[in-house]
Amino acid sequence: MTPLLSIRNLSVSFATGRGPFRAVDRVDLDVEAGELVAIVGESGSGKSVAMLAVMGLLPWIATVTADRMMFDGRDLLTLSARERRKIIGRDLAMIFQEPMSSLNPCFTVGFQIREAMAAHLDLSRAQRQARAVELLELVGIPEPERRLKAFPHQLSGGMSQRVMIAMALACKPKLIIADEPTTALDVTIQAQILDLLLKLQKESGVGLVLITHDMGVVAETAQRVCVHYAGQQVEMQTTRGLFRDPHHPYTAALLAALPERAQGRLLPSIPGIVPGMADRPTGCLFSPRCRFATDTCRTVPPPRAGAEFGLALCHTPLLAGVPQRREFAA
Amino acid sequence: MNPDARPDARLDARFDPQHETTSTEAVMEAVDLAQNYEVSRGLFSKSATVKAVAGISFRLAPRSTLAVVGESGSGKSTLARMLTLIERPGEGSLRLDDVDVAEADARTLRRYRGEVQMVFQNPFGSLNPRQTIGKAIEEPLLVNTSLSAPERRERALDMMKRVGLRPEHHGRYPHMFSGGQRQRIAIARALVLRPKILVLDEPVSALDVSVRAQVLNLLVELQEQLGVAYVFVSHDLGVVRHMADEVLVMYLGRAVEHGPREAIFDTPLHPYTRALLSATPVADPEAKKERIVLEGELPSPFNPPRGCPFNPRCPLVVERCRVEMPPLASKGAQRVACWVTGGDAA
Repeated sequence: MTPLLSIRNLSVSFATGRGPFRAVDRVDLDVEAGELVAIVGESGSGKSVAMLAVMGLLPWIATVTADRMMFDGRDLLTLSARERRKIIGRDLAMIFQEPMSSLNPCFTVGFQIREAMAAHLDLSRAQRQARAVELLELVGIPEPERRLKAFPHQLSGGMSQRVMIAMALACKPKLIIADEPTTALDVTIQAQILDLLLKLQKESGVGLVLITHDMGVVAETAQRVCVHYAGQQVEMQTTRGLFRDPHHPYTAALLAALPERAQGRLLPSIPGIVPGMADRPTGCLFSPRCRFATDTCRTVPPPRAGAEFGLALCHTPLLAGVPQRREFAA
Repeated sequence: MNPDARPDARLDARFDPQHETTSTEAVMEAVDLAQNYEVSRGLFSKSATVKAVAGISFRLAPRSTLAVVGESGSGKSTLARMLTLIERPGEGSLRLDDVDVAEADARTLRRYRGEVQMVFQNPFGSLNPRQTIGKAIEEPLLVNTSLSAPERRERALDMMKRVGLRPEHHGRYPHMFSGGQRQRIAIARALVLRPKILVLDEPVSALDVSVRAQVLNLLVELQEQLGVAYVFVSHDLGVVRHMADEVLVMYLGRAVEHGPREAIFDTPLHPYTRALLSATPVADPEAKKERIVLEGELPSPFNPPRGCPFNPRCPLVVERCRVEMPPLASKGAQRVACWVTGGDAA
């Protein structure tokens, strides 16, 4: 079975005043129908930009290149803008991070939900209204008829996020990209929204890409995880495998730095910060912060390891926390 | 004054019976703190009263950490504003060094403001972009002490070293620093007056995981070195579990549970605490846990429910919860405000 979304070697660079900046660097991703894949990384790791590139929502200063970017049997790279607009919002939908600022304050919630259906589906006005009511019920909003007439400012953060999810679901998409859907919400509301997304995903078989920085959310939702660091994909594994035995030193350090996994009073922290545009190391991008870095790491960009090492982008991927020297490494 | 030599009789007279048993020294003591706000609801309607905080009591020992946990709207920021003397408490008493701040004169109050300092959530908004960080760290000294310029500079450089900033950073501007470094600057600025208490309002929630660990470690080290007490306001239970000695859980302006960290995390009594713990994602895909998903959202503080504020969302609700507000009663090591799981009913 061919995956629903298949990306090979996706790179995005932005033209800036100080030359091009590569925000996403050779990223691969496959998502099957009915699968939940998480992309996890810190701010500036390019996780959102990669998905915005898939959606075609990047500004003109961005240059997107890829060997392959297929969605549901269609090539997103060669698609005309008109054709792309037919897919985006219908088969491929996105839930954005800040529900309060992603909804248009000038229109009622009902108008905004019906708008997507009017653009993509062949439904009458009454059918669209009925579907909007049905959607709000589905996402757990009480009194849907009344809520459809509400403006975004009359809703709480959790309610707004439910409306965003309802909008994304309106045209029965095949794939939903959720960009930090619960980051702005309280924990009890976060639990409600995550449960809702998981339930919808199980029931409707929609593919889901969840972008997050919260390892706890990853552990509780995803089947597979991609870890991003400074625009690169440093590891890709099943969720259980990743938490049991992380292969890239960055993933290992990230998990060790979580307070809930800590043993002592002091956390094993990662020194330094994510490299910016000006201070990119020549070899492995993580080498200045890595405990296991060697001279090779500092000078030679690392090759991608095999699937047994979680496709780690590392000269010496870890096995049970011990670096493994690989014969074929330069 | 030697605090150990303090006669117990004086304590009896001053505090309600619930507190007198603890004879340890406290740098800060709050008894029944409350704050109400009058909110105008338009030209023609009567203004409404919001009980932002009601009935909060605790004692804060030196070198210890009290974590205040709650969701947005729980009143934790209002509490932080009262503790830092940004606002005077509406009701109840707040004591610093055994002096009630409500009775203190302007001069004493000024001194106390130096002893309780605050670190804000967003390090991008809390630093003046047109002020070098050296100036920012020296400013509290300029306002509150009579130190000369070279002495201020020396103190600032010493503080910068303690929080892991280099001396050459002294003349730089905030935009030249990352989020984690800015939070270090904010911590240095708060500690430069050598306060006894530091109120930290979500100090790491704007930071990435790898940087968050650095800042948490710094806070632990500084507490050991300087003996400062922390009031740690947070919604992240993972961080709270790591940092806190005592935990105070707030819901709709009220304390629903209060106790030592182990008790709160191992045997949470209040259904809200239990729900909060179960809703917090655990970074272990193999952990089996029962999820208590709360229905609905926080009720409007204009129109709080009758009886227990948690009753509309509570899975254990009984008839009494809908009519009568449960008091915060002791049960074992912790105090809990619940008719079902609380001290009285059990």
